[in-house]
Amino acid sequence: MSELRVLLVDDEEELVSTLVERLGFRGIQADYALDGYQALDKMKSGDYQVVVLDLKLPGMAGTDVLQRITHDYPGIPVLLITGHGSPVDGQPSQLEGAYDYLVKPVKLDVMVDRIREAATAHDRQ
Amino acid sequence: MASDERRANGVHTGVPQPGGQRARGERHDEEEPELPVELTGAHLPRYNRLRRNVFMATAVVSLVPLFIFAAISFLQDQQAYFTENTYSVSQVLSNTKRTLEFVIEERRAALALMIREESYESLASNEELAVALQNLNNSFGGFVDLGLIDAEGLQAYYTGPYDLQNRSYEDQAWFHEVVLRGTHVSDVFLGHREFPHFVIAIKHERQPGEFYIIRATIDMDLINRQMELVNRDPQLDVFIINQEGVLQTESVFFGNVLTEADLEVPQGPRTREIVERTKDEQGHVITGFAYIEGAPFILMVKKRLKAPLAHWVGHRSDVLWFLFLSASLILVVIWYGSTNMTRHLRRADLRRVRAFHNMEYTNKMATIGRMAAGVAHEINNPMAIINEKAGLMRDLVSYADDFPQREKLLQLVDSIEGSVDRCSKVTHRLLGFARRMEVRRERIDLPDLLKEVVNFQLTEIRHKNIDIRYDFHSDVPAIESDRGQLQQVFLNIINNAIAAVGKGGTVDISAARHGQNVVAAITDNGAGISPENLRNIFEPFFSTKGEFGTGLGLSITRDIVEKLGGRIDVESEVGKGTRFLITLPIEKANFGE
Repeated sequence: MSELRVLLVDDEEELVSTLVERLGFRGIQADYALDGYQALDKMKSGDYQVVVLDLKLPGMAGTDVLQRITHDYPGIPVLLITGHGSPVDGQPSQLEGAYDYLVKPVKLDVMVDRIREAATAHDRQ
Repeated sequence: MASDERRANGVHTGVPQPGGQRARGERHDEEEPELPVELTGAHLPRYNRLRRNVFMATAVVSLVPLFIFAAISFLQDQQAYFTENTYSVSQVLSNTKRTLEFVIEERRAALALMIREESYESLASNEELAVALQNLNNSFGGFVDLGLIDAEGLQAYYTGPYDLQNRSYEDQAWFHEVVLRGTHVSDVFLGHREFPHFVIAIKHERQPGEFYIIRATIDMDLINRQMELVNRDPQLDVFIINQEGVLQTESVFFGNVLTEADLEVPQGPRTREIVERTKDEQGHVITGFAYIEGAPFILMVKKRLKAPLAHWVGHRSDVLWFLFLSASLILVVIWYGSTNMTRHLRRADLRRVRAFHNMEYTNKMATIGRMAAGVAHEINNPMAIINEKAGLMRDLVSYADDFPQREKLLQLVDSIEGSVDRCSKVTHRLLGFARRMEVRRERIDLPDLLKEVVNFQLTEIRHKNIDIRYDFHSDVPAIESDRGQLQQVFLNIINNAIAAVGKGGTVDISAARHGQNVVAAITDNGAGISPENLRNIFEPFFSTKGEFGTGLGLSITRDIVEKLGGRIDVESEVGKGTRFLITLPIEKANFGE
């Protein structure tokens, strides 16, 4: 199995850059984008197997980014990160297409497990 | 959460302590609480003043026309009373005058006829006179004696009960008047005879220059009897005075015959009868007078009237009763009306103030909730960064082959992560609290909720070293209710318990199922509440915390519990502690508005 390639989308650079480094220690080659436009840009060039998307983004809304990715790259699973107190069961239709979601604060080990799970599911397709 | 584990024994649920005072959180609309004046503006004296003013104004407006009506009735009655009495006096006066004139004229005419028809000779003996007196008395009556007086004033012949023969009247005024005018009727006098009488004397000319006089004495009893016959009204005083004001008959008002009456001799036309009404210090008097023709008499009729008011009261008791009953009815109705009105007004004011404060409190809580959420969100992000940076540090140390002081660093990272964990628990609770400000219905595990609420106050609990003991029965089912509202309820009650116990106190928190309800009990071993305070504890603005309390907490708490279909009770004993019992339905089909 080649190294996993993952795109993290989150507007908090300090956080997301640290996560990228930590994922690297765990054999996941991650990249990050700070907003929806950057994310879609990177999707064009990079060959990502999983996208981890924070729903709360500046500019383009997280749900819109999700729609674009699932539409343009139907094979790539998207893991959503939601804030505490904003349950996803509020608007299930907008979250259609996501592989799964994680509620903040997300433990890194949990995130790694989910990423591997998603990648495996993707590979089986 | 050290206190979570301090589960204790012996906390009873819903069982009142013997001897403890109890109060139930029911509304007492009839017994309104006396609220602090400055908070409500609905204090009693203000409403009493309003009630008094409304009562007075309405009473005056309703009663004045009634009394005016009564006064008109009285004035009409008084007028009629005067008229009626004036008429009756006038009648008696007129009839008596006619009768007396007739009686006197009849006797005068009889004497005149006798003296004209009989010759002097046929009368000129005592025996003949006696026969004539007998005849006169047979025909007319009232004659006492009879005398013949010659031109020198000597009573030549006399018949009667006294010895008056040969008495000379030459020097008497009446004699000269008879000589001059031909006829005379005297005032009443006693004379020799010692009973009231008057004299009729008539001159008869035998030939020019030669005359004699016949003189008869008439008993006043005759006049008295005639007057009694005419006047049957015992209230009327009918009497006669002469021109000098001396009583010629007895008078009820003025005394005995021949005493001077204490009255002014009426001056007026001699031919007319005068009736007038006067008023003295004793009241109204109707006086009528008339001159008796052919005699020096003034006939007087006096009637003293009862006080017109007394007469009206006596005669128009129907009006009086109507007045009394209407006035009473009006006053009673107005009293009840104004009392009810002000009571309703006061209740409405109280409700309005309570609603206003309720709203204010709810708004305040919502604002606090929003602020809490904002703060939590702001803190969460840096916390996540700290957490991940610490994690990265751990990764760097762990994945490096060799790292000096590896263990020490990993310990530091653990400590950072532990602190971050504590922080995020706080922010989670804040966010949870904020979210629950919204009204919603869900299944709630009451023991969990109670612990959560206690955790909000952990700082103070630890600071005061308070022992929180839980006793949750295993059969407590989840209840259907509003989480945020319930949190507010228990936050308030547990807050109160913590405030009540002081340092080192104990608060027991229990929950158990009772039929279709779950009962939560919060019991403290604090100072307790006095019975009088216990009665008012659920009333708005009631506070024992002085300037630190709004007095709204328990009032709102009760409102919320009732809105959720539940009930709140409190029992307390001074010196032993207080227990709040909150009964909540397991299923509640409809609650809230």
